[in-house]
Amino acid sequence: MRRAAGERNALRRRQRRRRLLVEVASLILGLVLLIWSLLPCYNMLLIALDAEGDTEFAGDIWPREPSLESFRTVWTQGYWYLEDFWHQFGNSLIIGLATMVLTSAIGSLASFALGRMRVRRARLLINAALLSYVLPSAFLAIPFVRIAHAYGLADSLWSVIAAEVMFATPFAILVLQHYARLVPVELDEAARIDGASPLQLYLRIYLPLMAPALAAVGTYALLLSWSEYLYQYMLLSTKRNWTVAVALEQFWDSDEAPWNYMMALAIIYALPPVALLYGLLRYAAPRLSGLKP
Amino acid sequence: MSRMQQARRTVWCTSRLAFPQGSDTGWVIAFLIPYGAVFLLFAAYPIAYGLWMGRAPSLYAELIDDPRYGRALVNTLLFVALGVNLKLFVALLLSGFFMRRRWWIKALLIVYLLPWGLPAVPAYLSFHWMLIGEQGLLNALLQALLGIEGPIWFNHRGLALASDIVAYIWKWMPFWTVVFLAGRMAIPEEIEDAADIDGASGTRRFVYITFPLMANLYIVCTLISTIWTLGEYASVEFVSGGAPALSTDVLATLGIRYALDYARPQLGVAAMLSALPVLIPAIIALLRKLHTAELQL
Repeated sequence: MRRAAGERNALRRRQRRRRLLVEVASLILGLVLLIWSLLPCYNMLLIALDAEGDTEFAGDIWPREPSLESFRTVWTQGYWYLEDFWHQFGNSLIIGLATMVLTSAIGSLASFALGRMRVRRARLLINAALLSYVLPSAFLAIPFVRIAHAYGLADSLWSVIAAEVMFATPFAILVLQHYARLVPVELDEAARIDGASPLQLYLRIYLPLMAPALAAVGTYALLLSWSEYLYQYMLLSTKRNWTVAVALEQFWDSDEAPWNYMMALAIIYALPPVALLYGLLRYAAPRLSGLKP
Repeated sequence: MSRMQQARRTVWCTSRLAFPQGSDTGWVIAFLIPYGAVFLLFAAYPIAYGLWMGRAPSLYAELIDDPRYGRALVNTLLFVALGVNLKLFVALLLSGFFMRRRWWIKALLIVYLLPWGLPAVPAYLSFHWMLIGEQGLLNALLQALLGIEGPIWFNHRGLALASDIVAYIWKWMPFWTVVFLAGRMAIPEEIEDAADIDGASGTRRFVYITFPLMANLYIVCTLISTIWTLGEYASVEFVSGGAPALSTDVLATLGIRYALDYARPQLGVAAMLSALPVLIPAIIALLRKLHTAELQL
């Protein structure tokens, strides 16, 4: 009897030690992950806050005289690399919003037809969408740009929007189709009996019920086009037509540039998508298990 | 075909259809025209044009003669092999870590997702400046904390390529962690509880329960990630920039370099097309896998 109790105690002690060990290990892992995630961001901030734009680490964890001068310069377009900053910011925004609207519209129309109506060879269409979803975008860049040049569409925001919509729509269709299965098809049937046309069904029933999924898909398209670089770089050649991503690249091309301005520009450029991502995650987190990303 | 699949297929075909009569062909076409136009004009046409541009066999002979191409091929293989597998395996393990219900782990997840939200160009530029020279942040930290003199990262091909791969993993691991996290959340709690009662914990639970249940998702993710990583451009372009002496180029950066710096777009397209022998089987495998698994992405 006493031996059994002793064994139980030993077991409990072993379990407690084990639990403690797991706790310590996960704390260490957490610390490593924290440094891993933040180090490059911290580096950006350090360089942006340095008054001289030194990229060399001065040895202080926080700069002794942090200067917001670089952010002010970007904001007021006070350097010749940055003279069109707000215009370029607007271009990025126009491309992002247009991609968002077009992707949501085209994707929801296609997903409605594929999921709710009888389409012969629906599988084939979905496979075509999947194919263009997984295709590495860099591999298509050269022919795409050549075609845009041939039709006089190079250096136009529309050519960039076309590329972004092409890359964003397949994923939108797949997500919307998945989500649409949660909307009972009986609704369609009832409306159908009342004499609604497919267009009315789409506008009055499908779109309102799909609003959350449309928000997710639209945000995805906006993030994708805001962060995309290669097509914007290859298609847009005039400085006033550039996007922020391309404006960042000109610093990269030069040997001697005020790196603090570059990093301030990088931070300002990165803030909207980061904020948007967190906004979306907060909204999407409870649904995460239902709607796989 | 298993009965399960058959049942699934029947469900796929018969339910969910409000318009069984087939009298709506006109509507169907109208709804599908916008996407059809986008696909044909902006995907199919450039694909066909690219294949046409890279049709001459002499281009491939020229590529084989170019030592830069051989190096880029090796770099791409290394990039894919390490970049995909390391990233996904660590993401899978970390998704288990992030399943733990602790307030500080939830808070950490928010920070951990930051690289995913950050646009690629600023992130990679920061990596470049963190690694460059003797006084970059990383070497300065190594010196201050450990007293080690860090290497000049971009003077050595292996180190430069490793930097690109690490930056790429940094940027994309959070995304895949979220994918696996969602996959883990979809595992019914009863299974985990049963494993608990049977005394399977830690490694054994991972090997015998979690991993088999996630295997399908893991394979699909590996295939997708392989396809995407084959065409990776930004991390190489902005972290090492091909340094030292353009020895860390991968197929995508080399192709764009041929097109823009040497005004040889055909050669650039050919360099990228040479990835097709890997790309096409991967895409076919992916479509098959998705078709049978009915897995949604």
